[in-house]
Amino acid sequence: MPRESVMRFLRLGLFPHIFCAGCGHGIALHAIIRAFDSLGYDPKDIMVVSGIGCSSRISGYINANTLHTTHGRALAFATGVKLAKPSLKVVAVMGDGDCAAIGGNHFIHAARRNIDITAIVLNNYIYGMTGGQASPTTPHGAKGSTAPYGFIERQFDLCNLAGAAGAVYVARATVFHIPQMEKFVKKALEKKGFSFVEIVSICPTQFGRRNRLRSPVDMMNWLKDNSVPVSKAKEMSQEDLEGKIVIGEFIDKEMIEYTELYRELCKAALREGASEC
Amino acid sequence: MGKVAFWQGNRAIAMGAIAAGIRFYAGYPITPSSEIAEILSGELPKVGGIFIQMEDEIGSMAAAVGASLAGLKSMTATSGPGFSLKQENIGFAIMAEVPVVIVDVQRGGPSTGTPTKPLQGDFMQARWGTHGGFPLIVLSPSTVRECYDLTIEATNLAERFRSPVIILSDEVIGHMRERIEIPDDSEINLIERKRPTVSPENYLPYRADPEDDIPPMAAYGDGYRFHVTGLVHDELGLPTNDPKEIEALNLRLIRKFEKGKDLLAKYSTFAVDDAQVLVVAFGCVARSAMGAIREARKMGYKVGLFRPIILWPFPDEPLMRMASNVKTVIVPEMNPGLMVREVERAVRGKCEVHSLIRLDTEIITPSQIIEKIREVA
Repeated sequence: MPRESVMRFLRLGLFPHIFCAGCGHGIALHAIIRAFDSLGYDPKDIMVVSGIGCSSRISGYINANTLHTTHGRALAFATGVKLAKPSLKVVAVMGDGDCAAIGGNHFIHAARRNIDITAIVLNNYIYGMTGGQASPTTPHGAKGSTAPYGFIERQFDLCNLAGAAGAVYVARATVFHIPQMEKFVKKALEKKGFSFVEIVSICPTQFGRRNRLRSPVDMMNWLKDNSVPVSKAKEMSQEDLEGKIVIGEFIDKEMIEYTELYRELCKAALREGASEC
Repeated sequence: MGKVAFWQGNRAIAMGAIAAGIRFYAGYPITPSSEIAEILSGELPKVGGIFIQMEDEIGSMAAAVGASLAGLKSMTATSGPGFSLKQENIGFAIMAEVPVVIVDVQRGGPSTGTPTKPLQGDFMQARWGTHGGFPLIVLSPSTVRECYDLTIEATNLAERFRSPVIILSDEVIGHMRERIEIPDDSEINLIERKRPTVSPENYLPYRADPEDDIPPMAAYGDGYRFHVTGLVHDELGLPTNDPKEIEALNLRLIRKFEKGKDLLAKYSTFAVDDAQVLVVAFGCVARSAMGAIREARKMGYKVGLFRPIILWPFPDEPLMRMASNVKTVIVPEMNPGLMVREVERAVRGKCEVHSLIRLDTEIITPSQIIEKIREVA
């Protein structure tokens, strides 16, 4: 059971949740609200925005300001909310297809602007809700309902993508590495600017059963056995890293944030406007 | 009287937005609407408002809806291809009942079509473009002054009905310069969305007031915690699969416009009292129709103009009343014949209906309309 102080972040009226037995998303949800709790956030100051998919139902379960939007658009809606109410702590929770396929454009541009939003992707390597279709993060060779012969495309590395696009904090954890996941979410929430945490989740229902990882335990063992800390990964060859999940922090840097820049712009516009009059 | 200026329609829309209290604009460059974004990128920061150029049209619509939910009156502008892309989140704004203004400065289509030339092909897309078939409000300016006034009215209607409101302009109106008397702020009446009167603990975000079927709207970050979703939802805003609750919401999304229909009948007429022939036209074509009617009157034809200003909901009742007194209706329009279908439906066989279409992206001229009048009068 979650600790008492964490429960205030849940809309218990909406339970039971829609997640399948063995889904990893509940573990991630718990880590996110534990992070809120241990940082002492007030639910009325938190804004959770999501897109479409299993992961995106998380916004409904969190007892804060919540916005469940259209497929892929969480960050675009979140950008509007954050600019209109910069005092809100804005978190976007997305899935892998949601963020990296249909929402890919919003993802790279939110990162490029360095707007103060924490983006969390629950990456289960598959479109779960719609029935196990391959996603941009499906591993090469893995099977999905639209990849019955194995997925021939290359897998997207979302942390590399976020970093290249300009995110100021980038980290990856898995739902097996629970304390680390919570730590990264906390650091991302406290970071000023666009922060990104990829949480590798498990979907035994849609991914596991097509890929010889039928039970949740199989999938958890798979996460445990295939995860490599970023420090160790640096000493490994590209070949040895094939099929591994590199976990840890990739980027942690300081850079001026977008809504602050916008406030400066307004001041300049007012000065200019006044001098014109 | 206010200041006098010589503005193009797109500037009047941008300045009308400032006067209307629009304080958030998200957009993406597209001809022939880009001046609206360019002007607002300069004007909004001066009034503490927000301008953002988003990565695409879909994101612009999403950001505008997000900002409205956080309490700001918001707007976006586009043209045909971008309007198609915005339809997804216009549907979200219908379902989640978010006030937002969308300007579509029409160009020729389909696809890239004729970016710098006008047609009126989005008449149906404005109403039916997003999936589901639920109602929203569409206004159509014919003059530069009307661009200003209708932007204020669109913003007011969006706030009043908690709905997306579309301003369906066109390339002619958008780029045409005209003398405009800008009204003083004191002459402008602004409407604000209804705010909740209950405490945050007792707030049900989708419990509508029975008299108008519109729920009071809190803003994110004002202490009211609530959930907003594009899924069908109950009064708490939480997803539901209960057929009774689904039907209740779906019917209310239609009924709120029926209850407010007196605010949604807006049209103008010219020389209709003794008219035997009625010209029904909107947007830039209505200007040619005015010229045609003046000339035809001199030639002895009893002709009048009916110009819908609120295009959707379509003015069925006034048009039907007028159709009972005329022999013939002519519908000139620069599209494959879209509004004529609505006119035929509205007049219910009370008179003849003739279509006049032009698709070469040159504006329909008064002489073309006069020719049609002579043919059918």
